[in-house]
Amino acid sequence: MTDMLTPVLTDMWDVERSWTLAAYTAKGGYQGLDKAFGMSQDAVIEAVKDSGLRGRGGAGFPTGMKWSFIPQDNPKPKYLVVNADESEPGTCKDIPLMMGNPHVLVEGVIISSYAIRANKAFIYIRGEVLHVIRRVQAAVEEAYAAGHLGKDIHGSGYDLDIVVHAGAGAYICGEETALLEGLEGRRGQPRLRPPFPAVAGLYASPTVINNVESIASVPSIIANGAAWFASMGTEKSKGYGIFSLSGHVKKPGQYEAPLGITLRELLDLAGGIREGHDLKFWTPGGSSTPLLTAEHLDIPLDFEGVGAAGSMLGTRALQIFDETVCVVRAVLRWTEFYKHESCGKCTPCREGTWWLVQTLARLEKGEGSEADLDLLLDQCDNILGRSFCALGDGATSPISSSIKYFRDEYLAHLTHGGCPFDHARSTAWAGQEVTA
Amino acid sequence: MALDDKTMGELREIAGRYPEKRSGLLPMLHLVQSVEGKVTPDAIEACAQILEISAAEVSGVATFYTMYKRHAVGDFHVGVCTNTLCAVMGGDQIFERLKDHLDVGNDELAEKRQGDQYSVSLEHVECNAACDFAPVVMVNWEFMDNQTPEGAVQMVEALRAGHDVKSTRGPKLCTWREAERVLAGFPDGRVDEGPSAGPASLAGLEIARERGWKAPDAAAVPVIEKGQADD
Repeated sequence: MTDMLTPVLTDMWDVERSWTLAAYTAKGGYQGLDKAFGMSQDAVIEAVKDSGLRGRGGAGFPTGMKWSFIPQDNPKPKYLVVNADESEPGTCKDIPLMMGNPHVLVEGVIISSYAIRANKAFIYIRGEVLHVIRRVQAAVEEAYAAGHLGKDIHGSGYDLDIVVHAGAGAYICGEETALLEGLEGRRGQPRLRPPFPAVAGLYASPTVINNVESIASVPSIIANGAAWFASMGTEKSKGYGIFSLSGHVKKPGQYEAPLGITLRELLDLAGGIREGHDLKFWTPGGSSTPLLTAEHLDIPLDFEGVGAAGSMLGTRALQIFDETVCVVRAVLRWTEFYKHESCGKCTPCREGTWWLVQTLARLEKGEGSEADLDLLLDQCDNILGRSFCALGDGATSPISSSIKYFRDEYLAHLTHGGCPFDHARSTAWAGQEVTA
Repeated sequence: MALDDKTMGELREIAGRYPEKRSGLLPMLHLVQSVEGKVTPDAIEACAQILEISAAEVSGVATFYTMYKRHAVGDFHVGVCTNTLCAVMGGDQIFERLKDHLDVGNDELAEKRQGDQYSVSLEHVECNAACDFAPVVMVNWEFMDNQTPEGAVQMVEALRAGHDVKSTRGPKLCTWREAERVLAGFPDGRVDEGPSAGPASLAGLEIARERGWKAPDAAAVPVIEKGQADD
């Protein structure tokens, strides 16, 4: 029986000066390198396939399979790009991971690049996290100095260079093809697929783009074996993952557990919902994953379990809201975010998110009519699946799911002539601070 | 005024990190901000010249990303997260309080009063991946976790007065221009300041340590030979 929490990536985080090469090496870091170099590249890909690792950036695509799509007969250089543009609302796992344990990412990049035969890798980190960028820059520097990067690594004959690249503020660059545009020095607007990046990615060359946590999981798979990784998790969702609890819980934070843990179990560990309040709604994997409610406390948090409940596992970004929170206000704010972050390339998303805000804002103020709910759903229908990327799709998730579960609350805004909630009651300091 | 030789050299150095030099544009724009305090017409011309693309193409990129500024920002740029989770937890109240206190709107520079050592600008920002520390304020892109309206006011006053202010999960705050230089890929030697992780980041790990929970022992997991699993 596997333990309820299984710290692997987070295991370094309470170590003194955990971000340094010395600390990482003392914990057994970089031991996966020689093991990987002793295997053929295809054997490394097979091991990652056998482990069952699925992309940790939200989509859950099998990582080893993604690597195997790189056409090795293509004479162009191959590239590995790490998506460290963590920006999905609620998602806050990669940032502490890179701050506390940047070397596990660097080791993962080396092994993964070796497997896909890339000699150049990029770590694209969102620009708004200065100290995290410092830590990753320093880890790469240290890895060069120790001979883990550069020419003929560990005498293997394999060469690799890593460039740490800072973004500049654009949620859309978390979308892999928009990220490539940003990395090519352009506006971050998604590309039409096919061709997929595996065939024509960075500089139209074969490119693998993986999330930070996916790449950081690779050293443990190589060091401990695919069967070890697959011994955790559920049948189709193997391994461990970082679950991020935020909002109205007593102990918000990062909980690394096998996939398939339930929110009830996580809430127990986190001390439950804050004192005197009850769970109202939550996101399983960021704001782009449809809302769930207290009736979903026992669904296994794996790709299949959350999918069967009508949502998506996403990035395991569990944003917890208690009964003091107005769902209309929450959804409006997310919708304003999507409108702001729409890159403007596709009409349904660019115009659609603008209209969603108009309609929702009117409802939130208690104006409009019940027919506006149907209008909203119709707008969602005209956005979903009609653009190059999933940003517009994500924008519809909180709206359609909140209307499904909280239709009466929308109507209450109309009968009340505005928001019936006292927003002050939702704050972190509610009940603790006397407001003058 | 045209950019100086040192800056032009560093811009070329950034472009040289990449197989195709245009890839350097985002960090190059960070660098010009560290020198000019914003993206100026001269900076756009300089990037265009080095990358051999048009000024319109550089401008198109500079206007797409929110971190690039076409107007002056403060020595300390304060970003209050008002995405849903932080807003609900109090980010809205913090942003309102700071707007009122600094007498500015969104993305504006507050007046530098007589006696102020440094200037402060204010912006509301989107989710900054620190939701377990909500409500979160960023100052020059360093984390200021678990803020309150009153604490945020005290913080901006300390910054204006020139007192040292430390990130809750990072080093002593540097100026916005210094921060932009790090983003351009020129480290400032502050990497070893600050903790490995904030308290919330360690919530699960602490429980695992208390209860002796670990990932399985690799030696105890049976190795499945290829083909055997299908039998």
